[in-house]
Amino acid sequence: MNRHLISAADLSKRDALLVLDTAEELARVADRPIKKLPTLRGRTVVNLFFEDSTRTRISFEAAAKRLSADVINFAVKGSSVAKGESLKDTALTLEAMGADAVVVRHSASGAPHRLAGWVRGSVINAGDGWHEHPTQALLDAFTIRGRFGRGSGEALDGLRVTIVGDVLHSRVARSNVWLLHLLGAEVALVAPPTLLPIAIDDWPCSVSYDLDAALPKSDVVMMLRIQQERMNAAYFPSVREYSRRYGLDTARLRQLPDEAIVMHPGPMNRGVEIAAEVADSPRSTIVEQVANGVSVRMAVLYLLLGGLEAAQ
Amino acid sequence: MTDTSWVIKGARPLGAGPADITITDGTITAIGDGAGQRGAQAIDAAGLIALPGLVDLHTHLREPGREDAETIETGTLAAALGGFTAVHAMANTDPVADTAGVTEQIWRLGRAAGHCDVQPVGAVTVGLGGSRLAEFGAMAESAARVRVFSDDGSCVADAVLMRRALEYVKAFDGVIAQHAQEPRLTEGAQMNEGAASGRLGLAGWPAVAEEAIIARDCLLAAHVGSALHICHVSTAGSVEIIRWAKSKGWRVTAEATPHHLLLTDDLVASYDPVYKVNPPLRTAADVAALREGLADGTIDCVATDHAPHPVEAKETEWAVAAFGMTGLETALCVVQEAMVDTGLLSWAEVADRMSARPAAIGRLSGQGEPLAPGSPANLVLYDPAASSAVDPAGHASRSRNSPFAGRTLPGQVVATFLRGRATVLDGKPA
Repeated sequence: MNRHLISAADLSKRDALLVLDTAEELARVADRPIKKLPTLRGRTVVNLFFEDSTRTRISFEAAAKRLSADVINFAVKGSSVAKGESLKDTALTLEAMGADAVVVRHSASGAPHRLAGWVRGSVINAGDGWHEHPTQALLDAFTIRGRFGRGSGEALDGLRVTIVGDVLHSRVARSNVWLLHLLGAEVALVAPPTLLPIAIDDWPCSVSYDLDAALPKSDVVMMLRIQQERMNAAYFPSVREYSRRYGLDTARLRQLPDEAIVMHPGPMNRGVEIAAEVADSPRSTIVEQVANGVSVRMAVLYLLLGGLEAAQ
Repeated sequence: MTDTSWVIKGARPLGAGPADITITDGTITAIGDGAGQRGAQAIDAAGLIALPGLVDLHTHLREPGREDAETIETGTLAAALGGFTAVHAMANTDPVADTAGVTEQIWRLGRAAGHCDVQPVGAVTVGLGGSRLAEFGAMAESAARVRVFSDDGSCVADAVLMRRALEYVKAFDGVIAQHAQEPRLTEGAQMNEGAASGRLGLAGWPAVAEEAIIARDCLLAAHVGSALHICHVSTAGSVEIIRWAKSKGWRVTAEATPHHLLLTDDLVASYDPVYKVNPPLRTAADVAALREGLADGTIDCVATDHAPHPVEAKETEWAVAAFGMTGLETALCVVQEAMVDTGLLSWAEVADRMSARPAAIGRLSGQGEPLAPGSPANLVLYDPAASSAVDPAGHASRSRNSPFAGRTLPGQVVATFLRGRATVLDGKPA
């Protein structure tokens, strides 16, 4: 493993499988009455959140605490410019506190790259702008692997994953494209043309505009959230039209193969990109994704901070 | 003996065979055998190329207002070290150079610094606000004799305002230098829109936002019969449009920056804002088209768009970092690498693109003249065989945001003369 986890595109297949396999081991801790391992005792993990994201922050916090790390939550509302302190000064502050790992969420793509140049500890990207959210992709891969009955050491070869929605602004989509492809899945993107980057011919996936055509060929459908701010910016004529063309409702659910699953990184807009009945159906893995998030983040912290030596 | 009389021995004028260049009281008096002149200082220039003093159409000197980034003193010294004898100071200072008073002040500070001539550019609109024309006539008639007007940094997006500006400056042979950027297409834009922006998740600055404005303004310039200059052309499509406009005989000129002739948008993958610039670094295909356009004359000249910024404006996350790169001290070296060493331009053509043409577009007198008896002795001696790694810490510019830092570039400016006075000798301030 590298010292940092900034981009799913930086992972080797071996690294990615190591994270998933480690997560599988660590998931068993959650079944114990005392959900705690001593592995990272005395290590400090800082959750540095420049954007509100309670779900991601508590997931990392739970992961670090289950490994007995000390956790410092450092929430900074707004951009570094708005608060008058630069990202660099924040980094130097964390450095002085002796952070062994900095989990960073930032609205600016590339902020974790910059941070990694200023701190000695490991930087874990918890979502940067439209760029990447690698632990989300890892937990999605973990969820898919589990649902399709594949175990330790196994990848996702042959599985067809369709990612639907606002790819242009989605860090989840980017991380998943690189990671799921790396693990052998066939990735398809479906979106209105306005919500796709202008030049993605070199991405390792197929691209189409037609959800109905894609569904019968999908083992996994991953619905992306439509952000409120896109709704009035001419990316599509109206929320209703978006929902009609790209929303996953019960009729569309029936077009999926029998074993297919439905994923969503959350938080959902019920009735927009996903119908409530679909979100709550047995095919939905949405709650499972949350639980898996903790295991995968434990694995990432463990591997970056504890290292393999500690495991043996 | 005067300090403006020299015999430069064995230099290669415009890259041709060795000759002695005799300078008497600030004027070139002979090119040939100059051994006998009395009272002149001699310089051994064997192996060095002599070019007319370079002229930059596009420099941000930052004074008044941002003296933490650059001053007229430091910026013009950087210019001299880069081989320039004249620079056009862009209007986006604080206060904006939109009055006769501010432009005269900049002009006078330039004269006082003395490292090179400073020709102020006037703003097109008051405060660069894009709504009301600045007083062109007053600036034109001031001591600064302003002829180039630009809102550089912002586009004159309003078509009617642009038309009026183009028309109005005809009265005193002015030119409007447009920063071509359609504002709605580039809201929040961070880098070239293409494969790299898609991967990096940064908001795209599409080529069409530049090209659409250039096309519109070429048509407007033709319609009113005025002179249009396009700043920092960055895309292959822009080169095509300008080539077409020129084929019609329209009065359109254009510049390209050294960084757009050498660097591409894949450098942004580091998220290091030293590569953040407006217009953004484009693709290899755009770089090739710019080089071709500069070689065939579609693009008239090289202009640096030297844009100094203090450290804290660049030591940030990409999205909040300032746009801009320094360039005065590396321009000629970059042109050597991109254009001369590739066989696209001869040294005589470099002199045309970096001295004669920009001086003509800027309506400068006494600059950009040929290396010939009777011309003011504005010249640069350049060693094309040298090569060194760029170290911004050693630059005279007050700022350090060079995208070429750490990169080995060919060539070295050895000496610069401004009307016979050495501003640079042995590669150092004279």
